[in-house]
Amino acid sequence: MAQDSGAEGINIVGMCCTATEILMRHGIPVAGNFLQQELAVMTGVVEVMLVDVQCIMPALGSLSGCFHTKLITTSPKCKIAGAEHIEFHEDRAVEIAREIIKIGIENFGNRKGKVQIPKVTERGIAGFTTENIFYNLGGRFRSSYRPLNDAIISGRLRGAAGVVGCNNPKQVHDYGHIAMIKELIKNDVVVVATGCSAIAAGKAGLMRPEAAAKYCGKGLAEICEAVGLPPVLYVGSCVDNSRILTILANVVAEGGLGDDISDLPVAGAAPEWMSEKAVSIGMYFVASGVFTVIAEPLPILGAPNLTRYLTDEIEKDIGGKWAFERDPIKAAGMMLEHIEKKRDALGINVEKERKLYDMEERRALAVE
Amino acid sequence: MSRIIMTAGINGAHKTAKQAEEMLAKAVEQKGRDCKVEFPNTGYYMPVIYSMTGRAVEKLADFEDVMAEEIKPLLPKLVDENLWLPYLGPALDAGMATLFAEEIIEACKYLIGPNPVDGIWLGAADDVILRERGIQFVDGTAPGFAAIVGSAPDVETAVKIARKCQERSLYVFMAGHHNGTTFAEQLVEGGVQLGWDTRLIPFGREITAAIYAAGFASRVALTFGGVQPGDYRRHLLYNKNRIFAFVVALGKVTDEWYATAAGAINYGFPTIADSDIPQVLPTGVCTYEHVVSNIPHDEIVEKAIEVRGLKIKVSEVPIPVSVSPAFEGERIRKEDMHCEFGGQRTPAFEWLRMLDIGEVEDGRVEVVGPDVDSLEVGGKMPLGIVVEVAGRKMQTDFEPVLERQVHTFMNEAQGLWHMGQRDISWVRISKDTAKAGFKLEHIGKLLHAMYHERYSNIIDKVQVKIFTDEEQVLKLSEMARKIWAVRDERLAGMTDEDVDTFYSCTLCQSFAPNHVCVVSPERPGLCGAYTWLDCRAAYEIIPTGPNQPIPKGKCIETTIGQWDKVNAFVLKASGGNVERMSQYSMITDPMTSCGCFECITAVLPSTGGIMIVNREFAEMTPCGMKFSTLAGTVGGGRQTPGFIGHSKHYIISRKFIAAEGGIRRIVWMPTMLKDEIKDAFIKRAEELELGGEEFLARIADETTATTEEEVLEFITKAGHPVTTLEPMF
Ligand code: SF4
Ligand code: SF4
Ligand SMILES: [Zn+2]
Repeated sequence: MAQDSGAEGINIVGMCCTATEILMRHGIPVAGNFLQQELAVMTGVVEVMLVDVQCIMPALGSLSGCFHTKLITTSPKCKIAGAEHIEFHEDRAVEIAREIIKIGIENFGNRKGKVQIPKVTERGIAGFTTENIFYNLGGRFRSSYRPLNDAIISGRLRGAAGVVGCNNPKQVHDYGHIAMIKELIKNDVVVVATGCSAIAAGKAGLMRPEAAAKYCGKGLAEICEAVGLPPVLYVGSCVDNSRILTILANVVAEGGLGDDISDLPVAGAAPEWMSEKAVSIGMYFVASGVFTVIAEPLPILGAPNLTRYLTDEIEKDIGGKWAFERDPIKAAGMMLEHIEKKRDALGINVEKERKLYDMEERRALAVE
Repeated sequence: MSRIIMTAGINGAHKTAKQAEEMLAKAVEQKGRDCKVEFPNTGYYMPVIYSMTGRAVEKLADFEDVMAEEIKPLLPKLVDENLWLPYLGPALDAGMATLFAEEIIEACKYLIGPNPVDGIWLGAADDVILRERGIQFVDGTAPGFAAIVGSAPDVETAVKIARKCQERSLYVFMAGHHNGTTFAEQLVEGGVQLGWDTRLIPFGREITAAIYAAGFASRVALTFGGVQPGDYRRHLLYNKNRIFAFVVALGKVTDEWYATAAGAINYGFPTIADSDIPQVLPTGVCTYEHVVSNIPHDEIVEKAIEVRGLKIKVSEVPIPVSVSPAFEGERIRKEDMHCEFGGQRTPAFEWLRMLDIGEVEDGRVEVVGPDVDSLEVGGKMPLGIVVEVAGRKMQTDFEPVLERQVHTFMNEAQGLWHMGQRDISWVRISKDTAKAGFKLEHIGKLLHAMYHERYSNIIDKVQVKIFTDEEQVLKLSEMARKIWAVRDERLAGMTDEDVDTFYSCTLCQSFAPNHVCVVSPERPGLCGAYTWLDCRAAYEIIPTGPNQPIPKGKCIETTIGQWDKVNAFVLKASGGNVERMSQYSMITDPMTSCGCFECITAVLPSTGGIMIVNREFAEMTPCGMKFSTLAGTVGGGRQTPGFIGHSKHYIISRKFIAAEGGIRRIVWMPTMLKDEIKDAFIKRAEELELGGEEFLARIADETTATTEEEVLEFITKAGHPVTTLEPMF
């Protein structure tokens, strides 16, 4: 049908979190992150833009009016002036999808004016999950997190950082993410990314496996090389941040790095956050024991006691705490410092002699 | 760059799988799908496939399933050159697929050739070897093995590497070739003895023969580790944490080598290469690094041991040659001999006695008479070795136990060979060893050091006197003979009734958790290695070890041999699994069998008698099972009425299945077993007035009967006394 109306085919692309979802699950390409939504419409080649609930630029309705793009809302919670509403129901998913695709195809003939598609493309590896890390580090027969824990204990890897979250119009687009990520991986901290941050890293080529040799410190580069990993691991959308916590729990369970997530040499950051969702995500990270740095402060600075509690005293109670820092390099420095502090506490920052095993010592090793 | 290794490994896996597929197709074409496949005289089917997947491969058709359902799905896509996916996991899978494929290739070779057993090449280790050698990996006598693939740059380097492994008690498993030759062939050229006895095992010329090393490791885990087939995770971790093996790659590493090495990494066995290949240093699958390269030959063994994380105690004995169990099996041919002692050529003996602590000066070695340097090459002289020991925990009963060690200790010195015992001993010193400056005093130093190393719990002081003057040797051996006669009498006369304490042995619980050997004077441990005295000495040496005293307690039943405290001990030691155990019956509550038995006795119901088969006998037996199959039924720590595993020595004991009538019941034994126990057996038969030789002749063997019917026919004709006995049950 698309070809009948003169098109070469149908190109489905994602943006923001929805993009990361459909990339993880179906390998559908990403067109950009949050701040690029309007730019996508302005290419003049978007027949249909489909939105659900959040991270939707308010001007999309009027903007699409200037082009042939049809804006379609799908959630009962979100209707926009100037958009057509086709409500999505899981039980009729395919049927509704067909209907929307049809609208898109029918709209193809209405393309007008100059098409402007930027020439830049980038490729990268995505799709890391809590479960497939086991496989990637040991294959079917020896699947395990052991190599990851070993890498941290040996110091090749200093630790891990989650760099997640939105783009924020108050900042230079993607700069916060990329500057921070580069600083971290240069210092042998592996980065896991979700949402718009992950898309930023992908666009910068940091999810290509060969980026390891180019941007990482020696230790991290060696680990990436051994496993075949890019230095930034794409673990999903911003609602998938819970996946990072599960990974951390698995690391603790694998052993050798303390008994609690708060013992681990890890930190989290949202260097360009804007969505209120980021606050709740950040809070559950802090509550789980992770030191979390965000750029724009939480709107609490007027309450000195609360500020002091959330950025300091809370650590004694639950292991994690908040910090606010707009400069991504400085923020990365705080994270690195925290990671080294945790390493010291774990006692893994001292050079250990290689343990050689005699028979007695081997018998004492578990074989489970 | 790991990517190069992983790429090559994955490529190699595809190549090896293809080779296996072709080989399999050929085998199927020639032999048909139903053709049986096996490694001769081994249990556990194809051991690697069996332990990883639980699949019991019995015929070629099963291989086709393995190919389609295991190997193919495991083979990963080739690594993309630009935007590669994580390759560590897939490369490890590729390695495992390679091992499966290699097992197919080697097994098919047994069917359609070229035969893996050819010239120096040994192919798969059979079960006898596995029991004997595999246990060493579990009890620590063998710290691990080096799988050496390829060849050294020259013969001299090869010999040096092999010697270093031997000095560290490591087994060397050899496969693969490089530069037109193999490590094994280089050793042969260098005059080194190959074989299980010297721990240098040439498996095969092709890299696919490395599968026998993996197979050996897998069988150790199945036999001794109690790991269930198909429980691949536990299996591999068992190997990672217990079997300290590693791969030494000498020469150009081909794709197939990489693939095999990746398979080995699954087991936790790293690769150490002499060539300049990329390294994989981060740890996690293996204990430490996974691939280390560019190591000079004079450091490669030490480096490998360090990478594997192995601590090996090398005996520091102050003599000019190395000492290690790996030299124990080395023979010295006449051409390589500097001189010899005993062996019917000159008088020779060795004698160990206990003295008062004040009479022994520890470390003193005295040589009386001319030394070896007075002899021409090929010369001989008399030799008397008198070892005098003292210790607060020493007892005269331990003298024979300790005296037997002279044999082991002397053989463990490189270039020193010992056979026999007491006054039938025979000793040779090799040319190389003599050239290294070995003198008779070194025998003394060796024995002194070794007794201290292995028996420090019962011995505090050791002195050694060595005599070479004929007259003196004869005089002293006369003296020793009197002592031996007294000892023998005491031992032979020692009955279960004489003692009120038996000893347990639970050494085999590492792989048969319910098994307890109850060792009494008249029933040695079923492996043949532990007599009552041995257990008693072992208990003194390690009071918390596997040999514990069992006071007999009250006798419950004399004929079958049950005592209340023995039962209580067995119940506890078997983890509550064995309630009652008879010392003298194979029908009522027989002793459990672990798997190490030298022989199996089984009832042949229609004959009213029993058959005995020894481990070395690989043919079919009248009960319809070969030893290996029988062992599977009887072993594992079960009580199996009608079957028992036992030592050879037990056959001639007065308590041999005494409840069922003893040796009168024996209706079938292989000729080799008959020959081995002949003298003692005849004596025992005479004691029972069965007639000595005549009785032995009435017992059928494989030359006269291979089925139960034939046995019945034979014994009826021969007038075997069993025909007049009551039925057994
Ligand atoms: S990361 Fe932030 S901006 Fe991007 S989709 Fe998620 S919530 Fe929206
Ligand atoms: S077979 Fe019996 S005596 Fe021999 S080692 Fe095993 S438990 Fe001990
Ligand atoms: Zn045993």
